[in-house]
Amino acid sequence: MSSKLSMDKLSIGCVALPGGSLVYKTGAWRTMRPVFKHATCNGCRACEMVCPEGCVFENPAEKHTIEQGGKKREIANRDYDPDFCKGCGMCAAECPVDDIDMVPEVK
Amino acid sequence: MAREILEGAMAVAHAVARCRPEVVAAYPITPQTHISEELSTIVADGELAAEFVKVESEFGAASVVLGASAAGARAYTATSSQGLMLMAEVLWNLAGMRLPVVLACANRSVSAPLSIWCDHQDAESIRDCGVIQIYAEDAQEACDQHVIAFKVAEDRRVLLPVMVNLDGFLLTHVFEPVELPDQALTDKFLGKYEALYKLDVDNPMSFGCFTEPDKCMEGRWMIHDAALRSLGVIEEVSAAFAKTFGRASGGHLEEYKSKDAETILIAKGSISGTIKDVVDAWREKGRKVGLVRLKTFRPFPRAALLAALKGAKQIGVIEKGGSFGAGGIMTPEIKEVLYDAGLRIPVSGFCVQLGGREIAADGIAEIVERVSKGERQKAYEYFRLKQSLLPDLVP
Repeated sequence: MSSKLSMDKLSIGCVALPGGSLVYKTGAWRTMRPVFKHATCNGCRACEMVCPEGCVFENPAEKHTIEQGGKKREIANRDYDPDFCKGCGMCAAECPVDDIDMVPEVK
Repeated sequence: MAREILEGAMAVAHAVARCRPEVVAAYPITPQTHISEELSTIVADGELAAEFVKVESEFGAASVVLGASAAGARAYTATSSQGLMLMAEVLWNLAGMRLPVVLACANRSVSAPLSIWCDHQDAESIRDCGVIQIYAEDAQEACDQHVIAFKVAEDRRVLLPVMVNLDGFLLTHVFEPVELPDQALTDKFLGKYEALYKLDVDNPMSFGCFTEPDKCMEGRWMIHDAALRSLGVIEEVSAAFAKTFGRASGGHLEEYKSKDAETILIAKGSISGTIKDVVDAWREKGRKVGLVRLKTFRPFPRAALLAALKGAKQIGVIEKGGSFGAGGIMTPEIKEVLYDAGLRIPVSGFCVQLGGREIAADGIAEIVERVSKGERQKAYEYFRLKQSLLPDLVP
């Protein structure tokens, strides 16, 4: 019985299994969105760690290059899941190399 | 089974222990304290295999029993007045998460002004949250209603918290002859609680999940639906209780000499004892007066009330509370029951005993005298308000 629990259809007590909130695409709340500039990003992953929605992630398919200690380093790009990013801006505020901008979400 | 002379709160504690809750969490507050104090002693003495969780507040107590119930345990708490206010947020969650916790409310006035004595405004102020509310007239009923409460709460057709109300001091601190529910019978009657869903580290789940506007109303409606369904379950469980234990402590109403009454009074709780004395006195004079005592307040037993009241010529509702800025609590609900049935029986509402003020038989008799004239009351009345005590109301 419990294996079928989700919030697609309500259960007694509105009980759901882990991952149930994936049906709620909180991205619709967003008024600002992050822009990962990939100019100075050194791959420290602070943005991933502070994201309260856990929706910032490493995208190894795309890379950028930075110069560090006279050497060129290839760093995987960051990306975010627009279905869940609420645009809170914590990633941008915490980025130690100021590589994330928050821009208005306009259509 | 022998009857013993027990203090109301102590008797309730022992009746609760016989229901074998696995987790008890409570915070002391007058006049509830003796219930949780005695339960902690029972647990410490090894007479009840339960976890007694000492908490920092009533919010903590309610939260602990919520967690315990979600983990599949039979859980119990007790409180009063300000403590109930502090529990309020959790009570709404208990109902919404459909967790069958049982709690007692030793009814006491809510501040301010500060008072430790009895009225019903604490319980009535959380009437809309989905917690089933039953009211005892005496210590025996308070004990028995706890057994009924666990059975009703845990019924799969209900799965809602149940609050047993007993008048602070008037019942909690009075010594009365009580027959405690027999342990073997109680065990058989209640059985073991099996949760529908429970917290389990190997099979995690969340209770009372987030809903967006497209689902929230249905989530809330299910509480209403379960509360309405509990009306039948309460009757069923009460009948089974009476058969098993031989006492009619359950049910929605007590109809005391009201079947042929022209003037019917309505009340709940211990004040009914005084009202019955007045009814008896008027009956001796040949006056057709009766009492309908409400035992189930939430859900509101509309059908039972209509059947009990429809023959009356006039009705007087004696309340220990009110909705400031509106009227009574029960009075408008009684009127609604009658109105929906096309009846225009005059209903008068009286607020008495706020903060434990004594209303002796003469006060009830005055209300009967006035109600029996059959006039339509213009507004809910704060009975025998002492004008001489009041300051300039617009200073």
